[in-house]
Amino acid sequence: MQIEFDRTKCVGHNRCYLLAPELFDVDDEGYAVVRIDGPVPASLEAKAQLAADNCPEYAITVVD
Amino acid sequence: MTGTAPPEGSPVEDWATDFDHTTSAWAADATDIWDDLRERCPVAHSDRFGGTWLPTRHEDISAIAHDTEHFTSQGVIVAPFKPVGLAPVGYAPPITSDPPFHEFARRILLPAFSPKAVAPLEESTRAFCASLMDQVVAAGPLVDASVDYAEHIPVRVIAQMLGVPESDGDRFRGFIHRILEKPGQVAPPEDEGTLINYLEHIIEEHREDPRDDLIGYLLDYRVDGEPLAPEHIDGTIALTLLAGIDTTWSAIGASLWHLARHPDDRRRLIEEPELMTFAVEEFLRFYAPVTMARMVSSEVEIGGCPMAVDDWVLLPFPAANRDPEAFEAADEFVIDRERNRHAAFGLGIHRCLGSNLARMELRVAIEEWLARVPDFELADPDAVRWSSGQVRGPRELPVRIVGG
Repeated sequence: MQIEFDRTKCVGHNRCYLLAPELFDVDDEGYAVVRIDGPVPASLEAKAQLAADNCPEYAITVVD
Repeated sequence: MTGTAPPEGSPVEDWATDFDHTTSAWAADATDIWDDLRERCPVAHSDRFGGTWLPTRHEDISAIAHDTEHFTSQGVIVAPFKPVGLAPVGYAPPITSDPPFHEFARRILLPAFSPKAVAPLEESTRAFCASLMDQVVAAGPLVDASVDYAEHIPVRVIAQMLGVPESDGDRFRGFIHRILEKPGQVAPPEDEGTLINYLEHIIEEHREDPRDDLIGYLLDYRVDGEPLAPEHIDGTIALTLLAGIDTTWSAIGASLWHLARHPDDRRRLIEEPELMTFAVEEFLRFYAPVTMARMVSSEVEIGGCPMAVDDWVLLPFPAANRDPEAFEAADEFVIDRERNRHAAFGLGIHRCLGSNLARMELRVAIEEWLARVPDFELADPDAVRWSSGQVRGPRELPVRIVGG
Protein backbone atom coordinates (compact mmCIF):
# COMPACT_ATOMS: atom_id res chain seq x y z
CA MET A 1 0.00 0.00 0.00
CA GLN A 2 1.20 3.50 -0.91
CA ILE A 3 -0.03 6.89 0.32
CA GLU A 4 -0.69 9.54 -2.31
CA PHE A 5 -1.05 13.01 -0.83
CA ASP A 6 -2.09 16.07 -2.84
CA ARG A 7 -0.72 19.09 -0.99
CA THR A 8 -2.70 21.47 -3.23
CA LYS A 9 -5.95 20.06 -1.82
CA CYS A 10 -4.90 20.11 1.85
CA VAL A 11 -6.41 23.02 3.80
CA GLY A 12 -5.24 21.81 7.21
CA HIS A 13 -8.18 19.93 8.71
CA ASN A 14 -5.56 17.81 10.53
CA ARG A 15 -7.76 14.74 10.59
CA CYS A 16 -4.90 12.56 9.28
CA TYR A 17 -2.52 13.81 11.94
CA LEU A 18 -5.05 12.99 14.67
CA LEU A 19 -5.92 9.54 13.34
CA ALA A 20 -2.53 8.38 12.06
CA PRO A 21 0.32 10.38 13.63
CA GLU A 22 2.71 7.57 12.70
CA LEU A 23 2.08 8.38 9.03
CA PHE A 24 1.28 12.09 9.00
CA ASP A 25 2.89 15.10 10.65
CA VAL A 26 1.87 18.75 10.33
CA ASP A 27 4.06 21.70 9.40
CA ASP A 28 4.17 24.99 11.33
CA GLU A 29 1.06 26.22 9.53
CA GLY A 30 -0.87 23.03 10.16
CA TYR A 31 -0.68 21.49 6.68
CA ALA A 32 -0.18 17.74 6.43
CA VAL A 33 3.22 16.19 5.76
CA VAL A 34 3.59 12.48 4.93
CA ARG A 35 6.13 10.97 7.30
CA ILE A 36 7.08 7.85 5.37
CA ASP A 37 8.78 7.15 2.07
CA GLY A 38 7.67 4.12 0.11
CA PRO A 39 5.13 1.47 1.11
CA VAL A 40 3.02 1.71 4.25
CA PRO A 41 4.13 -0.88 6.84
CA ALA A 42 1.53 -3.65 7.06
CA SER A 43 0.81 -2.80 10.70
CA LEU A 44 -0.21 0.75 9.69
CA GLU A 45 -2.31 0.00 6.62
CA ALA A 46 -5.58 0.30 8.54
CA LYS A 47 -4.51 3.71 9.83
CA ALA A 48 -3.56 4.89 6.36
CA GLN A 49 -7.01 3.87 5.14
CA LEU A 50 -8.60 5.68 8.09
CA ALA A 51 -6.70 8.88 7.26
CA ALA A 52 -7.80 8.69 3.63
CA ASP A 53 -11.42 7.97 4.57
CA ASN A 54 -11.66 11.00 6.85
CA CYS A 55 -10.03 13.72 4.77
CA PRO A 56 -12.80 16.23 3.99
CA GLU A 57 -10.86 17.49 0.97
CA TYR A 58 -10.00 14.08 -0.56
CA ALA A 59 -6.33 15.06 -0.42
CA ILE A 60 -5.23 11.57 0.64
CA THR A 61 -5.62 8.36 -1.31
CA VAL A 62 -4.17 4.93 -0.67
CA VAL A 63 -3.28 2.66 -3.55
CA ASP A 64 -2.31 -1.01 -3.48
CA MET B 1 -38.11 42.13 -5.28
CA THR B 2 -36.73 43.25 -1.94
CA GLY B 3 -39.44 45.90 -1.54
CA THR B 4 -42.06 43.16 -1.29
CA ALA B 5 -40.14 40.81 1.01
CA PRO B 6 -41.58 40.13 4.48
CA PRO B 7 -39.59 41.82 7.25
CA GLU B 8 -36.61 39.87 8.61
CA GLY B 9 -37.66 37.82 11.64
CA SER B 10 -41.38 37.61 10.70
CA PRO B 11 -43.07 34.17 10.46
CA VAL B 12 -42.31 31.94 7.45
CA GLU B 13 -44.97 30.01 5.50
CA ASP B 14 -42.86 28.09 2.97
CA TRP B 15 -39.17 27.48 3.70
CA ALA B 16 -38.47 26.77 0.00
CA THR B 17 -39.50 30.26 -1.13
CA ASP B 18 -39.36 32.50 1.96
CA PHE B 19 -36.95 31.03 4.52
CA ASP B 20 -35.59 33.12 7.40
CA HIS B 21 -32.78 31.68 9.51
CA THR B 22 -33.24 34.33 12.21
CA THR B 23 -36.72 33.14 13.26
CA SER B 24 -37.55 31.04 16.32
CA ALA B 25 -39.16 28.43 14.02
CA TRP B 26 -35.80 27.91 12.31
CA ALA B 27 -34.08 27.73 15.69
CA ALA B 28 -36.46 24.98 16.80
CA ASP B 29 -36.50 22.88 13.62
CA ALA B 30 -33.51 23.72 11.38
CA THR B 31 -32.52 20.08 10.91
CA ASP B 32 -36.00 19.06 9.71
CA ILE B 33 -36.16 22.12 7.46
CA TRP B 34 -32.85 21.15 5.76
CA ASP B 35 -33.95 17.52 5.33
CA ASP B 36 -37.28 18.59 3.83
CA LEU B 37 -35.67 21.09 1.46
CA ARG B 38 -32.95 18.66 0.39
CA GLU B 39 -35.64 16.27 -0.85
CA ARG B 40 -38.00 18.65 -2.60
CA CYS B 41 -35.97 21.75 -3.49
CA PRO B 42 -32.29 21.39 -2.92
CA VAL B 43 -31.59 25.13 -3.35
CA ALA B 44 -34.18 27.30 -1.58
CA HIS B 45 -34.59 31.04 -2.08
CA SER B 46 -35.90 33.91 0.02
CA ASP B 47 -36.41 37.56 -0.86
CA ARG B 48 -35.49 38.48 2.70
CA PHE B 49 -32.16 40.17 3.45
CA GLY B 50 -32.16 41.52 -0.09
CA GLY B 51 -32.27 38.07 -1.72
CA THR B 52 -30.74 34.92 -0.23
CA TRP B 53 -30.12 31.35 -1.48
CA LEU B 54 -29.98 28.24 0.68
CA PRO B 55 -28.40 25.12 -0.85
CA THR B 56 -28.89 21.94 1.22
CA ARG B 57 -26.96 19.23 -0.67
CA HIS B 58 -23.34 18.44 0.20
CA GLU B 59 -22.44 18.62 -3.49
CA ASP B 60 -23.73 22.19 -3.94
CA ILE B 61 -22.39 23.45 -0.62
CA SER B 62 -18.96 22.01 -1.39
CA ALA B 63 -18.98 23.48 -4.90
CA ILE B 64 -19.72 26.98 -3.57
CA ALA B 65 -17.21 26.73 -0.73
CA HIS B 66 -14.49 25.83 -3.25
CA ASP B 67 -15.48 28.47 -5.81
CA THR B 68 -13.78 31.77 -5.05
CA GLU B 69 -14.27 32.92 -8.63
CA HIS B 70 -18.07 33.34 -8.48
CA PHE B 71 -18.46 33.86 -4.74
CA THR B 72 -16.89 36.45 -2.43
CA SER B 73 -16.40 36.21 1.33
CA GLN B 74 -16.70 39.97 1.88
CA GLY B 75 -20.07 39.19 3.47
CA VAL B 76 -20.19 36.07 5.65
CA ILE B 77 -23.10 37.01 7.96
CA VAL B 78 -26.38 37.40 6.09
CA ALA B 79 -27.86 40.73 7.21
CA PRO B 80 -30.15 43.40 5.76
CA PHE B 81 -27.09 45.52 4.92
CA LYS B 82 -24.69 44.08 2.38
CA PRO B 83 -21.01 44.86 2.80
CA VAL B 84 -19.99 45.79 -0.74
CA GLY B 85 -16.77 47.21 -2.13
CA LEU B 86 -14.63 45.74 0.67
CA ALA B 87 -13.10 42.84 -1.28
CA PRO B 88 -10.50 41.43 -1.17
CA VAL B 89 -9.73 42.39 2.47
CA GLY B 90 -13.19 42.61 4.05
CA TYR B 91 -14.03 43.80 7.56
CA ALA B 92 -12.63 40.79 9.47
CA PRO B 93 -9.64 39.26 7.64
CA PRO B 94 -9.07 36.48 6.76
CA ILE B 95 -12.65 35.15 7.07
CA THR B 96 -13.99 38.06 4.97
CA SER B 97 -11.05 38.06 2.56
CA ASP B 98 -10.78 36.74 -0.98
CA PRO B 99 -7.68 35.57 -2.85
CA PRO B 100 -4.98 36.68 -3.10
CA PHE B 101 -5.14 38.80 0.09
CA HIS B 102 -6.78 35.92 1.96
CA GLU B 103 -3.65 33.79 1.96
CA PHE B 104 -1.51 36.65 3.29
CA ALA B 105 -3.91 37.33 6.17
CA ARG B 106 -4.44 33.66 6.97
CA ARG B 107 -0.75 32.75 7.07
CA ILE B 108 -0.19 35.36 9.76
CA LEU B 109 -2.56 33.42 12.03
CA LEU B 110 -2.06 29.78 11.06
CA PRO B 111 0.98 29.10 13.32
CA ALA B 112 -0.93 30.25 16.41
CA PHE B 113 -3.77 27.79 15.72
CA SER B 114 -1.85 24.73 14.51
CA PRO B 115 -2.41 21.48 16.44
CA LYS B 116 1.00 21.72 18.07
CA ALA B 117 0.41 25.34 19.15
CA VAL B 118 -2.99 24.47 20.60
CA ALA B 119 -1.93 21.33 22.51
CA PRO B 120 -0.32 23.24 25.42
CA LEU B 121 -3.67 24.98 26.09
CA GLU B 122 -5.32 21.67 26.98
CA GLU B 123 -4.05 21.59 30.55
CA SER B 124 -5.50 24.97 31.55
CA THR B 125 -8.72 24.24 29.65
CA ARG B 126 -9.13 20.98 31.54
CA ALA B 127 -8.48 22.67 34.89
CA PHE B 128 -11.05 25.34 34.06
CA CYS B 129 -13.66 22.75 33.02
CA ALA B 130 -13.00 20.85 36.24
CA SER B 131 -13.53 24.00 38.31
CA LEU B 132 -16.78 24.72 36.45
CA MET B 133 -17.88 21.16 37.18
CA ASP B 134 -17.22 21.72 40.91
CA GLN B 135 -19.79 24.51 40.70
CA VAL B 136 -22.19 22.48 38.57
CA VAL B 137 -22.13 19.54 40.98
CA ALA B 138 -22.50 21.85 43.99
CA ALA B 139 -25.47 23.62 42.38
CA GLY B 140 -27.16 20.35 41.29
CA PRO B 141 -29.25 18.37 40.77
CA LEU B 142 -30.94 20.97 38.49
CA VAL B 143 -28.43 22.90 36.38
CA ASP B 144 -28.24 24.47 32.94
CA ALA B 145 -25.58 22.70 30.88
CA SER B 146 -25.36 25.68 28.51
CA VAL B 147 -25.58 28.66 30.89
CA ASP B 148 -23.66 27.09 33.78
CA TYR B 149 -21.05 25.21 31.74
CA ALA B 150 -20.77 25.30 27.92
CA GLU B 151 -20.89 29.07 27.39
CA HIS B 152 -18.00 29.79 29.76
CA ILE B 153 -15.41 27.44 28.28
CA PRO B 154 -14.58 29.11 24.93
CA VAL B 155 -14.74 32.58 26.50
CA ARG B 156 -12.01 31.56 28.91
CA VAL B 157 -9.82 29.96 26.24
CA ILE B 158 -10.10 32.86 23.78
CA ALA B 159 -9.62 35.49 26.47
CA GLN B 160 -6.43 33.72 27.52
CA MET B 161 -5.12 33.52 23.94
CA LEU B 162 -5.91 37.13 23.09
CA GLY B 163 -4.97 38.58 26.45
CA VAL B 164 -8.28 40.20 27.42
CA PRO B 165 -10.13 39.85 30.75
CA GLU B 166 -12.27 36.76 31.04
CA SER B 167 -14.68 38.90 33.07
CA ASP B 168 -15.62 40.63 29.79
CA GLY B 169 -17.39 37.40 28.76
CA ASP B 170 -20.88 38.88 29.08
CA ARG B 171 -19.89 41.68 26.71
CA PHE B 172 -18.55 39.17 24.14
CA ARG B 173 -21.83 37.29 24.34
CA GLY B 174 -23.75 40.58 23.87
CA PHE B 175 -21.77 41.34 20.70
CA ILE B 176 -22.44 37.83 19.44
CA HIS B 177 -26.18 38.10 20.05
CA ARG B 178 -26.45 41.38 18.14
CA ILE B 179 -24.02 40.66 15.32
CA LEU B 180 -24.54 36.95 14.73
CA GLU B 181 -27.91 35.85 16.10
CA LYS B 182 -30.09 38.84 15.20
CA PRO B 183 -28.00 40.74 12.63
CA GLY B 184 -29.28 44.27 12.11
CA GLN B 185 -32.30 43.71 14.39
CA VAL B 186 -31.06 44.62 17.89
CA ALA B 187 -29.44 47.88 19.07
CA PRO B 188 -26.62 47.80 21.65
CA PRO B 189 -27.55 48.77 25.22
CA GLU B 190 -26.16 52.24 25.99
CA ASP B 191 -23.90 51.14 28.82
CA GLU B 192 -22.23 48.39 26.79
CA GLY B 193 -20.92 50.24 23.76
CA THR B 194 -20.11 48.74 20.40
CA LEU B 195 -17.58 46.12 19.42
CA ILE B 196 -15.51 48.88 17.79
CA ASN B 197 -15.34 50.80 21.10
CA TYR B 198 -14.27 47.62 22.87
CA LEU B 199 -11.55 46.82 20.31
CA GLU B 200 -10.12 50.34 20.56
CA HIS B 201 -10.01 49.94 24.33
CA ILE B 202 -8.22 46.56 24.42
CA ILE B 203 -5.76 47.52 21.66
CA GLU B 204 -4.88 50.70 23.53
CA GLU B 205 -4.30 48.66 26.69
CA HIS B 206 -1.95 46.36 24.78
CA ARG B 207 -0.06 49.30 23.27
CA GLU B 208 0.50 50.80 26.73
CA ASP B 209 1.39 47.47 28.31
CA PRO B 210 2.82 45.13 25.63
CA ARG B 211 2.17 41.45 26.27
CA ASP B 212 3.06 38.08 24.80
CA ASP B 213 -0.38 37.11 23.51
CA LEU B 214 -2.20 37.05 20.18
CA ILE B 215 -3.03 40.78 20.23
CA GLY B 216 0.60 41.55 21.06
CA TYR B 217 1.70 39.31 18.19
CA LEU B 218 -0.57 41.14 15.71
CA LEU B 219 0.56 44.58 16.92
CA ASP B 220 4.22 43.55 16.57
CA TYR B 221 3.79 41.82 13.20
CA ARG B 222 5.85 43.45 10.46
CA VAL B 223 5.82 43.08 6.69
CA ASP B 224 8.92 44.61 5.12
CA GLY B 225 9.35 46.56 8.34
CA GLU B 226 5.81 47.95 8.27
CA PRO B 227 3.04 47.08 10.77
CA LEU B 228 -0.28 45.69 9.57
CA ALA B 229 -2.94 48.23 8.64
CA PRO B 230 -5.00 49.30 11.69
CA GLU B 231 -8.24 48.05 10.10
CA HIS B 232 -6.58 44.69 9.41
CA ILE B 233 -5.53 44.40 13.07
CA ASP B 234 -8.97 45.49 14.34
CA GLY B 235 -10.80 43.12 12.02
CA THR B 236 -8.61 40.14 12.84
CA ILE B 237 -8.95 40.72 16.60
CA ALA B 238 -12.74 41.03 16.22
CA LEU B 239 -12.75 37.79 14.28
CA THR B 240 -10.65 35.82 16.74
CA LEU B 241 -12.59 37.29 19.67
CA LEU B 242 -16.03 36.36 18.39
CA ALA B 243 -15.68 33.46 15.96
CA GLY B 244 -14.59 30.89 18.54
CA ILE B 245 -17.14 31.60 21.25
CA ASP B 246 -20.75 30.83 20.33
CA THR B 247 -19.55 28.24 17.82
CA THR B 248 -17.66 26.11 20.35
CA TRP B 249 -20.24 26.79 23.06
CA SER B 250 -22.88 25.47 20.64
CA ALA B 251 -20.92 22.31 19.87
CA ILE B 252 -20.37 21.56 23.56
CA GLY B 253 -24.01 22.30 24.41
CA ALA B 254 -25.41 20.21 21.55
CA SER B 255 -23.15 17.30 22.50
CA LEU B 256 -24.37 17.43 26.10
CA TRP B 257 -27.98 17.66 24.83
CA HIS B 258 -27.31 14.47 22.89
CA LEU B 259 -25.69 12.70 25.84
CA ALA B 260 -28.54 13.72 28.17
CA ARG B 261 -30.91 11.81 25.87
CA HIS B 262 -28.70 8.80 25.02
CA PRO B 263 -27.57 6.81 28.06
CA ASP B 264 -26.01 4.13 25.85
CA ASP B 265 -23.67 6.68 24.25
CA ARG B 266 -22.75 8.04 27.71
CA ARG B 267 -21.94 4.55 28.91
CA ARG B 268 -19.83 3.74 25.85
CA LEU B 269 -17.76 6.92 26.19
CA ILE B 270 -17.10 6.16 29.86
CA GLU B 271 -16.28 2.48 29.31
CA GLU B 272 -14.39 2.93 26.02
CA PRO B 273 -12.56 6.27 26.27
CA GLU B 274 -10.58 5.40 23.11
CA LEU B 275 -13.82 6.05 21.19
CA MET B 276 -13.57 9.76 21.95
CA THR B 277 -11.51 10.48 18.81
CA PHE B 278 -14.38 9.23 16.65
CA ALA B 279 -17.14 10.49 18.93
CA VAL B 280 -15.87 14.09 18.80
CA GLU B 281 -15.99 14.05 15.00
CA GLU B 282 -19.47 12.52 15.03
CA PHE B 283 -20.70 15.21 17.45
CA LEU B 284 -19.21 17.74 15.02
CA ARG B 285 -20.87 16.10 12.02
CA PHE B 286 -24.29 15.61 13.57
CA TYR B 287 -24.47 18.89 15.49
CA ALA B 288 -22.25 21.11 13.33
CA PRO B 289 -23.04 24.58 14.63
CA VAL B 290 -21.84 26.81 11.82
CA THR B 291 -23.57 27.98 8.65
CA MET B 292 -21.33 30.37 6.71
CA ALA B 293 -22.33 32.70 3.91
CA ARG B 294 -20.99 34.12 0.67
CA MET B 295 -22.10 36.80 -1.75
CA VAL B 296 -22.29 36.14 -5.47
CA SER B 297 -19.52 38.07 -7.23
CA SER B 298 -20.29 36.98 -10.79
CA GLU B 299 -23.35 35.29 -12.27
CA VAL B 300 -23.41 31.54 -11.74
CA GLU B 301 -25.84 28.62 -11.70
CA ILE B 302 -25.92 26.20 -8.75
CA GLY B 303 -28.32 23.26 -8.65
CA GLY B 304 -30.17 24.74 -11.62
CA CYS B 305 -30.69 28.08 -9.85
CA PRO B 306 -29.42 31.28 -11.48
CA MET B 307 -27.59 33.37 -8.90
CA ALA B 308 -27.11 37.09 -9.53
CA VAL B 309 -24.32 39.42 -8.43
CA ASP B 310 -24.66 40.52 -4.77
CA ASP B 311 -27.17 37.79 -3.88
CA TRP B 312 -26.51 36.24 -0.47
CA VAL B 313 -25.82 32.48 -0.32
CA LEU B 314 -25.95 30.61 2.97
CA LEU B 315 -23.59 27.64 3.33
CA PRO B 316 -25.28 25.33 5.85
CA PHE B 317 -22.42 22.92 6.57
CA PRO B 318 -24.68 21.11 9.08
CA ALA B 319 -27.09 20.34 6.21
CA ALA B 320 -24.17 19.04 4.09
CA ASN B 321 -23.25 16.77 7.01
CA ARG B 322 -26.66 15.09 6.94
CA ASP B 323 -26.88 14.54 3.19
CA PRO B 324 -27.50 10.82 2.56
CA GLU B 325 -25.64 11.15 -0.76
CA ALA B 326 -22.47 11.99 1.18
CA PHE B 327 -22.77 9.92 4.37
CA GLU B 328 -23.98 6.40 5.12
CA ALA B 329 -26.89 6.45 7.58
CA ALA B 330 -26.62 10.25 7.49
CA ASP B 331 -29.56 10.77 9.85
CA GLU B 332 -28.17 8.43 12.51
CA PHE B 333 -25.69 9.41 15.22
CA VAL B 334 -23.04 6.67 15.16
CA ILE B 335 -20.66 7.25 18.04
CA ASP B 336 -17.87 5.12 16.54
CA ARG B 337 -18.35 6.20 12.90
CA GLU B 338 -15.01 5.47 11.19
CA ARG B 339 -15.60 7.11 7.79
CA ASN B 340 -16.50 10.69 8.49
CA ARG B 341 -15.47 13.43 6.05
CA HIS B 342 -17.68 15.94 7.82
CA ALA B 343 -17.70 19.60 6.85
CA ALA B 344 -18.33 21.07 10.31
CA PHE B 345 -15.25 23.29 9.93
CA GLY B 346 -16.10 24.25 6.38
CA LEU B 347 -14.53 23.21 3.10
CA GLY B 348 -11.99 24.95 0.90
CA ILE B 349 -9.57 27.76 1.72
CA HIS B 350 -11.64 29.18 4.59
CA ARG B 351 -11.45 26.01 6.74
CA CYS B 352 -12.11 27.14 10.33
CA LEU B 353 -8.87 28.63 11.59
CA GLY B 354 -9.70 27.59 15.17
CA SER B 355 -10.71 24.01 14.37
CA ASN B 356 -7.95 22.46 16.48
CA LEU B 357 -8.82 24.69 19.40
CA ALA B 358 -12.54 23.91 19.07
CA ARG B 359 -11.90 20.18 18.81
CA MET B 360 -9.71 20.24 21.93
CA GLU B 361 -12.28 22.26 23.90
CA LEU B 362 -15.13 19.96 22.86
CA ARG B 363 -13.25 16.80 23.81
CA VAL B 364 -12.04 18.15 27.16
CA ALA B 365 -15.47 19.62 28.01
CA ILE B 366 -17.22 16.28 27.41
CA GLU B 367 -14.55 14.30 29.27
CA GLU B 368 -14.68 16.55 32.31
CA TRP B 369 -18.49 16.60 32.37
CA LEU B 370 -18.76 12.79 32.17
CA ALA B 371 -16.01 12.31 34.75
CA ARG B 372 -18.12 14.15 37.31
CA VAL B 373 -21.66 13.63 36.00
CA PRO B 374 -21.87 10.27 34.24
CA ASP B 375 -25.65 10.16 34.57
CA PHE B 376 -27.99 13.03 33.67
CA GLU B 377 -31.18 13.74 31.71
CA LEU B 378 -33.10 16.67 30.29
CA ALA B 379 -35.02 18.33 33.12
CA ASP B 380 -37.68 19.57 30.71
CA PRO B 381 -37.29 18.86 26.97
CA ASP B 382 -39.66 21.75 26.13
CA ALA B 383 -37.47 24.22 28.02
CA VAL B 384 -34.45 23.65 25.73
CA ARG B 385 -33.98 26.75 23.57
CA TRP B 386 -31.83 26.67 20.43
CA SER B 387 -30.19 29.78 18.94
CA SER B 388 -31.32 31.34 15.70
CA GLY B 389 -29.00 32.73 13.03
CA GLN B 390 -25.96 31.11 11.47
CA VAL B 391 -24.62 29.46 14.63
CA ARG B 392 -26.82 26.70 16.00
CA GLY B 393 -26.71 25.35 19.53
CA PRO B 394 -28.74 25.17 22.75
CA ARG B 395 -28.74 28.47 24.65
CA GLU B 396 -30.88 27.09 27.49
CA LEU B 397 -30.36 23.46 28.42
CA PRO B 398 -31.80 22.53 31.83
CA VAL B 399 -30.65 19.09 32.94
CA ARG B 400 -31.10 16.98 36.05
CA ILE B 401 -28.07 15.22 37.50
CA VAL B 402 -29.03 11.67 38.42
CA GLY B 403 -27.50 9.93 41.44
CA GLY B 404 -24.18 11.35 42.68
